[in-house]
Amino acid sequence: MAVIEAEQERGLANAMVPALGRVAQVKKETSDTFTLAVEPASAEPLAGFQPGQFSMLYVFGAGELPISISGDPQERSRLVYTVRSVGKLTQLLVSRKPGDVIGVRGPYGTHWPLKAARGKDVLIVAGGIGLAPLRPAIYHILRHRADYGRLIVLYGARSPRDLIYRRQIEEWARLPDAQVLATVDYGGVAWHGHVGVVTGLFRYVRLQPFHTVALICGPEIMMRYVIWELETRGLQPGDLHISLERNMKCGIGFCGHCQYGPNFLCKDGPIFPYHEIRSWFGKYEL
Amino acid sequence: MKILKLRKEKLDLFASVVQQFGEVHAPVEQDGKYVFKRLRRWSEARLEYDRTILPPKKYFLPPRETLFRYRPGEGFAPCSEGLDQRTILFGVHACDIYAINILDRVFAGKYNDPYYQARRRNIVIIGIDCSPDQHCFCRSMRADFVDHGFDLFFYDTGDYYQALVGTALGDDMVLASGSIFEAVDAADIDNYKRRSWNKRRAFQLEVEIRDLPEIFEMEYQSGIWEELGGRCLSCGSCSMVCPTCYCFDVADDVELGSLAGSRARTWDSCLFASHALVASGENFRGPRASRIKFRFYHKQRGFVAEYGRPSCVGCGRCISACPVNIDVVQVIERLRGVQDAGSR
Repeated sequence: MAVIEAEQERGLANAMVPALGRVAQVKKETSDTFTLAVEPASAEPLAGFQPGQFSMLYVFGAGELPISISGDPQERSRLVYTVRSVGKLTQLLVSRKPGDVIGVRGPYGTHWPLKAARGKDVLIVAGGIGLAPLRPAIYHILRHRADYGRLIVLYGARSPRDLIYRRQIEEWARLPDAQVLATVDYGGVAWHGHVGVVTGLFRYVRLQPFHTVALICGPEIMMRYVIWELETRGLQPGDLHISLERNMKCGIGFCGHCQYGPNFLCKDGPIFPYHEIRSWFGKYEL
Repeated sequence: MKILKLRKEKLDLFASVVQQFGEVHAPVEQDGKYVFKRLRRWSEARLEYDRTILPPKKYFLPPRETLFRYRPGEGFAPCSEGLDQRTILFGVHACDIYAINILDRVFAGKYNDPYYQARRRNIVIIGIDCSPDQHCFCRSMRADFVDHGFDLFFYDTGDYYQALVGTALGDDMVLASGSIFEAVDAADIDNYKRRSWNKRRAFQLEVEIRDLPEIFEMEYQSGIWEELGGRCLSCGSCSMVCPTCYCFDVADDVELGSLAGSRARTWDSCLFASHALVASGENFRGPRASRIKFRFYHKQRGFVAEYGRPSCVGCGRCISACPVNIDVVQVIERLRGVQDAGSR
């Protein structure tokens, strides 16, 4: 132990070792998606975060994985994560009960450019669970409403039952200077909203090129078409920001799994201005 | 930099002094090949060797390293076992030291790796001159010479080793050995320069790395990657023996019947099918052709973008380790379209 502590005294924090967190609340969003609130399990507070950053969450006896922070950045007492159960580890994570202890590392990665977006309209385009890392940005904008122009949220999910934060979305839609539209791939009889891919919503939105910053997160194929639409409408590549996903093991730029061209997604991303990665985006099997 | 010389017969004497500074490891012969190993006696050391099976990377980033232990009720305790072990690596070639200098940059970037850094601080490096064999192309990769990263470096100048003192610790070792080191004179310098000049002629392999990243960009869709993917066995040998491959996997060992355990990192390879696999089942680099292409691109293209040079140092280990004879020099030559393979 002494050696690592000596290294830490030299200013080298050991970013590989998690802190203990306690699950405070688990909320069911959809059949497979849950939102967990995590509080510090010791006197040490959890580190604050910037909208768009992620943590490495650890389930004792199972393993660790990167999860975007989906809560309000202003709320300092706890960190909130929205997790879709797709594999063994996410299944275990969403089945934590209040009081359970987990490991938390981070936050890591780049964040949405909310400072640079001041004074402009903010367009948020999300696909499925991709809304989770965008929600902190929405919280921030709503909290600093006068700093930004219009807030436009376009959200696509597979079906009405797969829409997360549904009540909040309805609240946001009622706010002045906000336009919030949701669409689903399959509607069903009870759905009276839009049906189709998220790019189909652009026809309802008036965008001001040079005066709009777009924050985009969803499947890569969705983001590719969204970017294509936005470029067609005259938005500047430097104003388009996307959040990418890759396999991650260490979260701090060493282990190599999240490489994307010359970038390590965990430290150089996950959020990139589109013009910085344009030459790799959409390349097969990069 | 202090430059001295040591009469070759006195190397044994110097080695006995060096032992006082830590545990001496050096290349040792094993089944006709060489491995870096703890010496039982100095006479085991083979300072004239071609290359070790594994590079000295294994001392700085061990094949398996425990990072911390944990217990759900108590939290996480970093593991420091072996980090303060003072080890002396005697007889490291320039390309391997160059590779360690590259790893230094990787593990002290936006974040620091305290495990790597602690080991690096406690490992003494004594470099030694070498002559290239049929797999060496370090000169092409600009790694045939190092100006830092060692405590001492010995150049063979015939009857003597010319010693470059790289650090204060290297100087301490020289001072601790009394007066066995001698000052160099003009004739020694001339001798060194002549040998250095002649060494360049000894290389049998050459690759041109100027504009190689651009050529890689142009050849992204080349059929060569499919062809290599068809041959590659995904065994990962090239990554294991590479002095600059640093990818690792992270996994926990959990005690039976409890949720306590430890976390370890182990060497990984981008050639393994699971390297880019995520929980949804999507594999960002599924086909073998994509994976081998990726390995070449990170070495020769991506690393240049981030660190200004390829991470390959031209040690030739991947060429000799590959069971299906995939040869990085040939791949680069083919990408460049240079058909003249007469020298090979």
